[in-house]
Amino acid sequence: MPMRSEPVTVNVGPQHPSTHGVFRLRITFDGEVILDAEPVFGYLHRGSEKLAEERTYTQVITLTDRLDYVASMTNNQAYVLACEKLAGVQPPERGMYLRVIAAELQRIASHLMATGFLLNDLGAFATPLMYCFRERERILDLFEMLCGARITLSYMRVGGVFQDAPEEFWPALRIFLGEMPHYIDEYERLLSENEILVTRTKGVSVLTVDQALNGSVTGPVLRATGFPWDLRKVDPYEVYGRVKFDVPLGRAGDNYDRFKIRIDEMRQSLRIVEQCVEQIEPGPVRADVPALVRPPVGDAYSRIEGPKGELGFYLVSDGSVAPYRFKIRSPSFINLTVLRDMLIGWKLADMIVTLGSIDINMGEVDR
Amino acid sequence: MAFLEGNALFRNLYCLLAGNSGNAQHCGRDGLLPAGWEWLAFALVGFAITFLLLSAFLLLTMFYTYLERRLLGRFQGRIGPNRAGPFGLLQPVADAIKLLTKESIVPQGADWLLYNLAPLMMVVVMFMVLAVIPFGKHTFIADLNVGVLFIIAVTSVNALAVFMAGIASGNRYALFGGMRAVAQLISYEVPMVLSIVGVLLLAGSLSLVEIVEAQVIPFFLLQPLGLFIFVVSASAEMNRPPFDQLEAESEIVAGYHTEYGGMKFGLFYLAEYAAVLTTSGVIATLFLDGWEGPLLPSHVWFLMKVFFLAFIFIWVRATLPRVRIDQTMAFAWKFLLPLGIINVFMTAAELLLFGHEEAGGQGIVLSTADLWLMSVVNFAVAVVGIGAFSRLVSLRTPALPVSAPKPSAAEVV
Amino acid sequence: MIRELPGEELARHVQVACPGAVERWEGLCLWVKPERVLEVCQTLKETPGMGFNLLNAISAVDYVEYFEVVYHLTSTAHLHSAVLKAKVYGREEPSLPSVVGLWLGADFQEREVWDLMGVKFLGHPNLKRILLWEGYPGHPLRRDYLEAPR
Repeated sequence: MPMRSEPVTVNVGPQHPSTHGVFRLRITFDGEVILDAEPVFGYLHRGSEKLAEERTYTQVITLTDRLDYVASMTNNQAYVLACEKLAGVQPPERGMYLRVIAAELQRIASHLMATGFLLNDLGAFATPLMYCFRERERILDLFEMLCGARITLSYMRVGGVFQDAPEEFWPALRIFLGEMPHYIDEYERLLSENEILVTRTKGVSVLTVDQALNGSVTGPVLRATGFPWDLRKVDPYEVYGRVKFDVPLGRAGDNYDRFKIRIDEMRQSLRIVEQCVEQIEPGPVRADVPALVRPPVGDAYSRIEGPKGELGFYLVSDGSVAPYRFKIRSPSFINLTVLRDMLIGWKLADMIVTLGSIDINMGEVDR
Repeated sequence: MAFLEGNALFRNLYCLLAGNSGNAQHCGRDGLLPAGWEWLAFALVGFAITFLLLSAFLLLTMFYTYLERRLLGRFQGRIGPNRAGPFGLLQPVADAIKLLTKESIVPQGADWLLYNLAPLMMVVVMFMVLAVIPFGKHTFIADLNVGVLFIIAVTSVNALAVFMAGIASGNRYALFGGMRAVAQLISYEVPMVLSIVGVLLLAGSLSLVEIVEAQVIPFFLLQPLGLFIFVVSASAEMNRPPFDQLEAESEIVAGYHTEYGGMKFGLFYLAEYAAVLTTSGVIATLFLDGWEGPLLPSHVWFLMKVFFLAFIFIWVRATLPRVRIDQTMAFAWKFLLPLGIINVFMTAAELLLFGHEEAGGQGIVLSTADLWLMSVVNFAVAVVGIGAFSRLVSLRTPALPVSAPKPSAAEVV
Repeated sequence: MIRELPGEELARHVQVACPGAVERWEGLCLWVKPERVLEVCQTLKETPGMGFNLLNAISAVDYVEYFEVVYHLTSTAHLHSAVLKAKVYGREEPSLPSVVGLWLGADFQEREVWDLMGVKFLGHPNLKRILLWEGYPGHPLRRDYLEAPR
């Protein structure tokens, strides 16, 4: 006689240890198997888009810091690029190089967080997380030298960066570049040689190329399906056209690939930073832009390859000092579209890992 | 009076109290109480020893919680608790005071009786195991002739306590924890018991004291496979990583004790850490020659072995990610169980081959040379067995071809 | 490099498949009639040589007299991008067809536009508020939101 059972609906979050912030998933379980999942968010909604309409173009930079607060540099970069496209400003060479160095360091820091939290979600009681934070701390120290801040950086300005890197930055960066590959190898061993981790992540929550493209998924999640789409390569902005790097690709599009790809991308980011350090030459770091930028009437959509995917800003100007419309195309938010398809049929424990593998940041999802 | 033989602690205290009535061969002098009151002396001494051991054990557990947090700190490249008292040694005291002064809450949807009973049951069970563990030469509460059976029986009640807590809380995460508890704890009992059978065959007794005395060479040399299976299933039984499914912090918040606060949570916490020490004690007794060791006093040897094992459990906790629940179950049934059966049959066959009946009918005896030969054979079988099974039994999710559609919700149900 | 297709070239392609849908073009933008957005999008996605398989963003801008819904599209095969705009008039219940059927990625973005800007997407399977809660008064990204009744 079959046992009578009924599905159970559980609200995972907003108070849950591993939802990466105040994220909520309304999940229907049959035992431990997920039948249906519905993401619910907005708990961190601060109305950034509305706030920006009351601020000048420079003041909005501080708002972008608070979107994806573990990757402020790339947010800054995407925003100032949009402003420059709108206002027709060309930043000086040294400013662009500094921006790329800062953005790639930030990508490493963001991927470190993602990798550390994966292992935490897998239940490895904070040890790998602490190790990843150890290296992230050094990147934050470098940022502190650049601009005095560690998390909310506001380093970039329309037309460049707000100050040149100090003397002591370059030797510190070189030491970091020398030591980091060793640590990345360590993470790679931790990831690919741990049988439990491989058992838990290989073949789980597979996302196909078609599903990913149809769901507007970008960034490492898309590349993990094996689709080569990196805006730094297909649409080089700033100085990415002058540096050599590879685009790491996954094969199966499962949780394992999504994390492996982040480790590989850290290596490529180091390569980019190394080449930028070689190529950078003395000069001004900021174009001659007035304090109150007044772009001409019009609109511009600019996008970069952020650590989490395509980070775009759509700006509409009415000729005044404040943007008329400031729209954020946040990768975390849009990548969540496919979450439901990835979860159905898997188990409660996989749900946490899959969510972690998309690498969302609630500051960016809720804006 | 079997209790007075071999149990030095009990005998000395008893002789201090009891009159010299028929116990001359044990005491040889008068005690404090008049003759005829031996029953009172017996009861008082039993109570005193239990009290003594429990207090000592609680202190050890407190120290162990400190040690675990401190070592985890080291493993994770941080310092760990170092504020309360010298080197933070008073941290467990501070924690206990904090937990004791918290308000005791029973959630509205909870079953009052079961909710309050579950943590008590958990702790009592943990302490009952202490009754049969020999902490040193002649130091134990009772030397039951069914000691191993007693431990297995008593620790299985654990599953019931966890399930009670999970059901009674009226919380869905707790329910998940309870469901997992029933599945996991019962499954891992089987390989655990099987792994002990090898030891029992070698020792020819269920009494823990006799098992220690039977270890001519420590049993971990003779039972490497048994030790491996026992350690793995014991870490599943006491809910330690990588099998901490019952509370799985990143998945089901705190599992079965999600709704518990204050000292009721404290009791779960205590039971969990006490379990590590008692399990280490059982492993030390069964496989590491218990209290035996050169030079140092037997109690020191025993504690050293226990804390060495506890350290290994902490190490594992700091290192390994969690296994998924279905993989945990598959591991027990597909991997540990066959290995356990192989171990039992192998040990039995070796005893038949090498052993010879002693004249007194005391069971099978082996010479030391045979034992070493057995050790070599068993190590070889352990390595080959574990290697072969890890190749044969794959717990990985079978890879889907990239083009194939994912299973839809309807098909999975 | 991703080439930004000029509106004129887009209009040429669109006018073949859905005549009368194009309103005008200027620079890199193409304006289409709001009620025919789905049709135009389908053309852009399925016409060989266009193949816009990636929907980057759906934005809505409140120009007070009308709402402008902006679609940023990219073709990963041909490495070109397009900007498609639709003017939606009316402040009570502005609406246009949903493109969720073409790109699943429009799902959350259309819900967001509905939530914050109050533009309805007809045919969306689950058009609920996404960032704010059900029952929130008004749509806060509209320019006249401050004057809206609380």
